[in-house]
Amino acid sequence: MALGLNSLKKSIWVYHVAASPCNNCDIEILDLLTPRFDVERFGIVLVGSVRHADALLVTGMVNRQIKPRLQQLYLQAAKPCVVFAIGSCAVSGNFFRKSYNMGGPLEKAITEVDPNPIIMYVPGCPPKPEAMISSVVKAISFLDTLKPKKVKESTVRVG
Amino acid sequence: MVVFYYLIFPGFLFAAIAGLLTAWFDRKVTARVQYRKGPPITQNFRDVFKLMVKEVIVPDTANPFVFLIAPAVALATATLATAMLGAVNMNWNITFVGDLIVFWYILSIPSIMIILGASASGNPLASVGSAREMNQLLAYELPLVIALTTVIYKVGSLGLGDIIAYQARNDAILYSWSGLISCIVMFLCLQAKLGLVPFDTPEAETELGAGAFMEYSGVALGAFKITKAILLYTAPIFIITLFWGGIQIQGLGILWAFLKYVLFIALFTVIRNTNPRLRIDQVLRLFWIPMTILSLVALILMVLGY
Repeated sequence: MALGLNSLKKSIWVYHVAASPCNNCDIEILDLLTPRFDVERFGIVLVGSVRHADALLVTGMVNRQIKPRLQQLYLQAAKPCVVFAIGSCAVSGNFFRKSYNMGGPLEKAITEVDPNPIIMYVPGCPPKPEAMISSVVKAISFLDTLKPKKVKESTVRVG
Repeated sequence: MVVFYYLIFPGFLFAAIAGLLTAWFDRKVTARVQYRKGPPITQNFRDVFKLMVKEVIVPDTANPFVFLIAPAVALATATLATAMLGAVNMNWNITFVGDLIVFWYILSIPSIMIILGASASGNPLASVGSAREMNQLLAYELPLVIALTTVIYKVGSLGLGDIIAYQARNDAILYSWSGLISCIVMFLCLQAKLGLVPFDTPEAETELGAGAFMEYSGVALGAFKITKAILLYTAPIFIITLFWGGIQIQGLGILWAFLKYVLFIALFTVIRNTNPRLRIDQVLRLFWIPMTILSLVALILMVLGY
C-alpha cells in the first residue's frame, strides 16, 4: 500500500477537461509537454481516458452546458483523483462570475457530487507552466496526509 | 521446476522486469529523439505499482466476468509464451513436436483477450478499438505465417529447439537472402503485434482516447501494461530464436544475446518514432499485398536454395 502511494507521487497521469475555456490555459498546459518543461521526467503524462486518470486538469469557467458532463467525468475517474483548477476562470469564475450561463465555479460543481474532493487552485490568466508544476508539487505533499485506509475501502466500485 | 520456469526465471518475474525496463528504454529513446530529458529508469515500475492501489471500476454497461477475466488471461498466456521460449533457449532438448505452432497460438491469445475485454466493456470507442485490433490480427497473421513456413522448410522441423540446434550446426538463417527477407517481414509483423506506432490503430490516442483500454482502470489496466511489457520483451527474443541462432546463456553468448536484443529494440523504437500512424485499411493493404508477396518471394527463394 505504501509502495503504491509512493509510486503515485512519481507517476501522475492527467486527463485534460476543457470546461468552456478560452483555450489560453490549454495552450499553457500543452507547453508543459514540450522539451522546455518536459513533465514526463516527473512521470506526468496526458492520458486519453478518464478511467486512467490520477488528476483532472480543468480549464475554463464551468458553464451550465458542461457542468453535468464535468460532474459525470469526476464520478467516472478512478479514485484517488485530484482536481486541478487551472486559471482564474476555473478558480473563481473570473469576470464571468455574474454571467447568465455560469454553472460553476468548479469548486461548486465538484462538491455537489463529492463533498470531500481534493482541489488544487492555480490562479492566473493564463497561469505560467511553472505555477502548474508548483501546484503539482503541493498536491504531492498533500498525498502524504491521505490515509491508506481510505483508498482500501473503495477498491471495487460499480458505476 | 515447471513452476520455477513459469513464475521466476524465464517466466513471469524475469520477463516482467526485463519488459518494463525495455519499455523504459523505449520511452527514454523517444524522449531523446524529441530533445526531452525523459522519465527515470524506475518510471514503468512506478506506473504499475501505482495502478495496484487505484480503484477498479466496472462500468454499468459491461459484462463484469469477461471484462475482469480478460486481463488475467492475457497476462497468464503472455507469461506462458515467454516461459516456453526462454526454457527452449536454455535447453534445446525440452522442445516437443510442433511447439513453434503452440507458441504462436499462445502468443495470439493476449490480442484476442484485448478484443474480448474491449468488447465486454460496452464503450463505443473501445468497440472501435477492438474491431481494429481484430482487423490488424487478420492482417499480420498471413505474412507472418508464411515467414514462419520459410524457417520451417529450411530446418525441416516444427520444434523451436530444433531450429536453434540447426542454426548452431549450420549458419544462422538470417545470413541467406530468403532468411533476411523473411526476417524483415517478421519484424514488421511483430511491430504490428506489439501495437507500436505505424500500426497503433487499435489504441490510437488522438482518435480513440485510449482505444481498446478505454474502460480499464486500476489492477486490470496494470495487468494489461505488464502483458504489453512481456510481449515487448518476447518479440525480439522470438526473432533472434528463429533467425539469428537463439540465445546462449553461457560465456560470451550472454553479451551477444544482449546486443542482438538491444539492436532489435532500438529498431522498434526508431521505426516507432519516425513514422506516422497508418489507417486501418492501409495496414490491411500493406500486410496483405506487399508483405505477403515479399514473404512468398522469400519462401520461393528458400525452396530454390538461396
